[in-house]
Amino acid sequence: MHRTTITQARELLRQKKLSSVQLTEAVFARIDQVEDRVQAFVHLMREKALQQAKDADVRIAAGEEAPLLGIPIALKDLICTQGSRTTCSSKILDQFVSPYNATVTEKLNQAGAVIVGKTNMDEFAMGSSNENSHHHPTMNPWSLDRVPGGSSGGSSAAVSAHECVAALGSDTGGSIRQPASFCGVTGLKPTYGRVSRFGLVAFASSLDQIGPLTKTVADAATLLNVIGGKDPRDSTSADVALPDFTQALQKDVKGMKLGIPKEYFTGGINPAVEKAVQESIRTLESLGMQTVEVSLPHLDYAVATYYIIACAEASTNLSRYDGVKYGYRTEKSDSLVSMYENTREEGFGEEVKRRIILGTFVLSTGYYDAYYLKAQKVRTLIKQDFENALTQCDVIASPVTPYPAFKLGEKLDDPLQMYLADIYTISANLAGIPAMSIPCGFAEGLPVGLQLMGKHFDEARLITVGHQFQKATDFHTKEAPL
Amino acid sequence: MSFDIEHMAVLARLKLTPDEKVRISGQMGTIIEYIEKLSKLNTDDVEPTAHVLGINNVFREDEPDTKPLADHNPIADSPAHNKGHYEVPQII
Repeated sequence: MHRTTITQARELLRQKKLSSVQLTEAVFARIDQVEDRVQAFVHLMREKALQQAKDADVRIAAGEEAPLLGIPIALKDLICTQGSRTTCSSKILDQFVSPYNATVTEKLNQAGAVIVGKTNMDEFAMGSSNENSHHHPTMNPWSLDRVPGGSSGGSSAAVSAHECVAALGSDTGGSIRQPASFCGVTGLKPTYGRVSRFGLVAFASSLDQIGPLTKTVADAATLLNVIGGKDPRDSTSADVALPDFTQALQKDVKGMKLGIPKEYFTGGINPAVEKAVQESIRTLESLGMQTVEVSLPHLDYAVATYYIIACAEASTNLSRYDGVKYGYRTEKSDSLVSMYENTREEGFGEEVKRRIILGTFVLSTGYYDAYYLKAQKVRTLIKQDFENALTQCDVIASPVTPYPAFKLGEKLDDPLQMYLADIYTISANLAGIPAMSIPCGFAEGLPVGLQLMGKHFDEARLITVGHQFQKATDFHTKEAPL
Repeated sequence: MSFDIEHMAVLARLKLTPDEKVRISGQMGTIIEYIEKLSKLNTDDVEPTAHVLGINNVFREDEPDTKPLADHNPIADSPAHNKGHYEVPQII
């Protein structure tokens, strides 16, 4: 029962073959069975969820239809949920209770979702392994000695382990797609501005975007329908039409052009990952897509550009954690400034400190032009690369990561190596384009993802390609050996 | 490039342990050497990206939202507060 997708659950609920209470109880039974090994959650909302499920059953009995009515969903712990904790997996927000809902939380509530709990993450979404969590690491359901990816690793592990039917995460440089790839689930980062960031705790405001982690592309379409749209509370949310993304599931890929960026298949890519990605491109060709080689010449500069911009924005965004307004405050202080400094020293983990320091440096007098301004210019070049490539094709295909899930602790001592793990994903954030990871094979028994990237606001085409791929393959139905 | 960890920590209002200073300082050397690669690119005629979709000047009608954002006064959630005000160590 807990293995169900959103699409399947909706049908069973509609036909009254299943109640939301039964489904929610099955999900919590699964959590009780596997959570001590996976540790995907930071906190569970068992009682509230069961009440929401009861309410959903009443609404279903009354003939109401809503896209997520009675479906158990998990939220990454940086999405505000009124009256419950939103910790960002940081000590500094450990006891923080959201005074209001994020817009996406409101939208999920309106759509009838049952909120199961809040999932673990790298502190303030800074990391690629979930090891930077203040609470505990999360394990990859496919191999418990490996990381689930990050920073939405709790969400991807929870979906992969069937501890929820679907989840929301956030993606600043790959934080939805990389963990989706590592855990064998579908992850969609929408176009920057497609989904409101109101109530999403900010990491890097020009890059952050909320998106779904699901068992299928069809489920991602359903979730994006619910969470997308202009929000007056987020001035960066885009005022563009929100199509019905489930209609894209009916479309064919015949005649569509698939761009293959040559720069993404050189250098340090694991041969088994490359093989799985190349084979999945052959599959898409067999479905009628035409492949064309494209070039994204500034790929090699993306990691440097990203870490300058993301850390600069983080260093300013995180200045709000000062022990005054919310969260943790030090016991040791003899002045206002020492209260700030000690609170931040005790409240932040080392990766967060490292990024604040780097961000402060690239914005400081004498270095702003050489680093921050330069990076914003290179960002323009990276964006233009995608605009040019996407005039020659409809969708770009690439690997998500150079290798499958790595072992816990393997990259912890070398931050630069950890940053380089994001090489294939961060360009989409810099360019603001939508990008998706779908399961496309296995390397050393671990899931591999195929990345699909498209034009601004053209998530529909990614959904069409991803869904047709999933109709032709069964990688997304494979179970983690828990 | 000269990287002064003490100065950066002051600017960031971030106290670092002696251990962290040594470790982060060393790692910054490697990271800054890596990000230096941008200097190899000629960007003389390139405009910096201010907003990825080119959105600017987002206005709304100057009317207050009548629905309160929070269900209670968030000052009550602050680590130290007194009579509806935030409380901080003495400033003057």
